[in-house]
Amino acid sequence: MAKVRIPTPLRTFTKGKDEVACAGTTVAEVLKNLDAEYKGIGGKILDETGNVRRFINVFVGATDIRHGDGVKTKVKENDVISIFPAIAGGIKARQIGPRSKSEGFAE
Amino acid sequence: MLSLPAQKFEEVIAFCKRGYPSEVCGLLLGKTKKVEQIFPARNLNQERASDRYELDPADFKAADESARRQCLEIIGFYHSHPDHPPDASQTDTERAWEGYCYLIVSVYKGKVEKIKCWRLNGDRMTEEKLEVTNG
Repeated sequence: MAKVRIPTPLRTFTKGKDEVACAGTTVAEVLKNLDAEYKGIGGKILDETGNVRRFINVFVGATDIRHGDGVKTKVKENDVISIFPAIAGGIKARQIGPRSKSEGFAE
Repeated sequence: MLSLPAQKFEEVIAFCKRGYPSEVCGLLLGKTKKVEQIFPARNLNQERASDRYELDPADFKAADESARRQCLEIIGFYHSHPDHPPDASQTDTERAWEGYCYLIVSVYKGKVEKIKCWRLNGDRMTEEKLEVTNG
């Protein structure tokens, strides 16, 4: 089984576990099985079309799957799949506004 | 309250000064609310580096590997606001994640003026006390 590394904001789904084991031969399969075990987590990682959400990054080993075959990227036994939030921001004149709920784990 | 050792505080300041007038960013590694290491990262948004940052996902992965080897966690992030106050902007708020702290460093004309610590609570960033320690 592959090891799936869970980022802090998603550990509420995995009862605090930072890494879980999941079967599957592609990223899509592994994430489907992850969601079956930890209900709701899949929707925080994948969008309605089954692709990785814009502000989420998924690696298989050292490879960002956006630079490979996306969710069709092959997964081998003992591969490590890392899920990370995309971190960004910056200056804007308006300070401390409400947070948009259009993207991300917090939907 | 976020606890930041003085040496790490100085490392963050030096990194932000070196990067001026661009925004720089990095990760905070530690346990719960105590920073033990800082991990500078690349800002991928070079087109708007003066007012935006986008932390390189490869650096996030490298920091995660480093943290796990040392039984630490990624507990937050830092970035600079060149010639602007260290307040969480709308952009910062929209792109923040719950469960992490965000240090914002204001750098005016190459000098660090102030640092504030923020945390996302619901749809707002709230300021958290930052304690610089000798340890």
